[in-house]
Amino acid sequence: MPDHSTSRTGAPAIRLEAATVQFEQKRLVFSCDIPTGARVAVTGPSGSGKSTLFNVIAGFQPIRSGTVEIFGKDMAGREPAERPVSIIFQENNLFAHLSVEQNVGLGIDPSLRLGAPERQRVEHALARVGLGGYGRRKPGLLSGGERQRVALARALVRSRPILLLDEPFAALDPAMRADMAGLLHDLAAETGSTLMFITHQLEDVRRLADHAIFVDGGTIALMEPIASFLANREIPALARFLGIDR
Amino acid sequence: MYTTREASAIVRTGGVVLASILLFAGLSTAALLFHAEGGAGGALFDAYLFRVARFTLLQAGLSTILSVALAIPVARALARRRNFPARNWIVRLSALPLGLPALVATLGIVEVWGRRGVVNQALAALGLDNPVSVYGLAGILIAHVFFNLPLAARLLMAGLERIPAEYWLTSANLGMGSGATFRLIEWPVMRGLLPGIAGLVFMLCATSFTIVLTLGGGPAATTIEVAIYQALRFDFDPPRAVILSVLQILLTGTLLYLLRLLGTPAEEAPTAGRAVRRFDGRRGRLSDGLVIAAFTLFTAAPLLAVVMAGLASDLPRLASDPLLHRALVTSLAIALASATLCLAVAMPAVAIAPLAAADSAPAALKYLAGSLQATSSLILLVPPVVVATGWFLMLRSFGEVGRFAPYVVIVINAQMALPFVMRVLQPAYRTHIARTGRLAVSLGVTGLHRLRWIDLPALKRPLLTAFAFAMALSLGDLGAVAIFGADGLVTLPWLLFSRMGSYRTADAAGIALLLGVICLLLTLPSTASGRTAKNDA
Repeated sequence: MPDHSTSRTGAPAIRLEAATVQFEQKRLVFSCDIPTGARVAVTGPSGSGKSTLFNVIAGFQPIRSGTVEIFGKDMAGREPAERPVSIIFQENNLFAHLSVEQNVGLGIDPSLRLGAPERQRVEHALARVGLGGYGRRKPGLLSGGERQRVALARALVRSRPILLLDEPFAALDPAMRADMAGLLHDLAAETGSTLMFITHQLEDVRRLADHAIFVDGGTIALMEPIASFLANREIPALARFLGIDR
Repeated sequence: MYTTREASAIVRTGGVVLASILLFAGLSTAALLFHAEGGAGGALFDAYLFRVARFTLLQAGLSTILSVALAIPVARALARRRNFPARNWIVRLSALPLGLPALVATLGIVEVWGRRGVVNQALAALGLDNPVSVYGLAGILIAHVFFNLPLAARLLMAGLERIPAEYWLTSANLGMGSGATFRLIEWPVMRGLLPGIAGLVFMLCATSFTIVLTLGGGPAATTIEVAIYQALRFDFDPPRAVILSVLQILLTGTLLYLLRLLGTPAEEAPTAGRAVRRFDGRRGRLSDGLVIAAFTLFTAAPLLAVVMAGLASDLPRLASDPLLHRALVTSLAIALASATLCLAVAMPAVAIAPLAAADSAPAALKYLAGSLQATSSLILLVPPVVVATGWFLMLRSFGEVGRFAPYVVIVINAQMALPFVMRVLQPAYRTHIARTGRLAVSLGVTGLHRLRWIDLPALKRPLLTAFAFAMALSLGDLGAVAIFGADGLVTLPWLLFSRMGSYRTADAAGIALLLGVICLLLTLPSTASGRTAKNDA
């Protein structure tokens, strides 16, 4: 992997060193350094291991060998909740039977005992994502884009320095995608969080990312700052994704 | 999607089926009402009725509370422990009681919980000389929990497994504890299912015949259905049987109505998306282990007892017993005939649904389809013992009980299987017709050709499952046969019942093993298909 990624600060936000996952049929090995405050697009063909990469970082997927370090600390043996990571999926991020307010409140206290100051924080976070006053509603009454923004509000109150988004835009229409990307960009800038998001859309990469990763065949085939990533012509699969091959 | 000719054939058959079911039920009811005249009234009788009705509701209520309350920790533990070696076997084990004839299970329960059973021996070894009595309310409750705890646990587990995988990931990411997970994720799902499950279990226990007949039966522990049987077979008091029948119909009618308000619990539905992985599995390993072990022991012990007692009996002598041969042949013949009849009745009722679902369908057609749907569950409203009573009274007045009894039993058994068979066939047929309907019609593969080349091959699996299930239900049935039993109609369950009654326990154990094995082999496909459906998801 290129070495420039550690240039911004001392330790990178995330460092994977030959973090190895063994499935029945295949073996995935990840190595990369994600600089603090980066906004990294994760791309690659279906089944190449993008979600597994996220599961390794978030602690859902145990690794056979190698290391996962976050801000210089080895994450071995740490439960998902003990890692400085929030994760948002394509859908089902909200518990359908709980109100919007409760869903966000879970980010403050996972057993949902909230006092007045906590409620206040929830309301602030909802206002920040443009959903002020939506607290009492149930997720079922919201649009897909609104639900994703509630999930984002929850990540805001958790204030973990790393945010992983597993295809956060996939269920959204084009206008919503643009809104969501804008909001993410602003929030990352405000909080200084490190952002990684999986996407299949070149548009999302251009709009939001300052770095990009290409995952292929269970490894990180390329990690580059955005300009050189988009200019890359050496990996045929990436060229196809970038639409240059035709 | 049918051709005009196919459509009219289906409608005509549907009409015939509807008319036949209504005629069969109508004749029975008419016979009942005809015999109701001059009913035995009086305060003594009223007190008796009240006591029987109260016990029916009491045992059903207690059985339901026990089954459902115990099912909650079991379902929770099994849903949380996704990867321990015996898990698949335990889930499969929990499907077995459903396929087991009640009489066979009762025998196993007596072996385990009876005076000389394992439980009482263990208690005696501990110095307690006051044994648990398996007869009376306690035994009835144990038997009902044996059947319904696994059922409730499976339904609850299916609900828990429909929880989106992301919920577990999110709760792990947020760091929810065991209590918070229960309160915020598991309980809301279970709470939604509990009324429906409890209603179903209550219904099953309130109409349970065989268990109460064998484990209860005394004046203190009699349900309405058993009281009907006793009124006819012991006291020969038709008016009393009729009044009890009416009471039973009123009770089941009320229950069915309430059940409808509660909604029926959904079967295992396919969950979309990623495979479920639970991260809260590291906690409560010991308590989950204990719950699962206790559940497994409780469910497996009577089954094992049936096998062991059966193998210990004099099987070679039993194998050459001509009465057993006769009973086996009679039972198989009745089961084959009733399963065939059941499918023949179910198919038009299933095939008419897509026709009636069209917006342009005439009102009469929609009405016909709706009536077919409703009558297919008629047996739930008018239980087998009641229908059998009506026919018994009618045939008796012609003096022809023995000759026609097998046919009546065949029809009643077919009716008993109908609600379940419809539930297997309906969704399968709906998918099938949506997939192939237009294609078949546009290619001109219609009528019998279509049945042979398109429908039967594609529906082979659900049809076989339904057929086997209907056979098993008929093979294990005692209710309808019991009413006619003494009149020369000897089926396997009836033989088993009379052997148990005459304390020839070794013979009974051998027959129970035979009957249990046949029924479990027949119901294996339906439980196995449930398993693969879950694996696909």
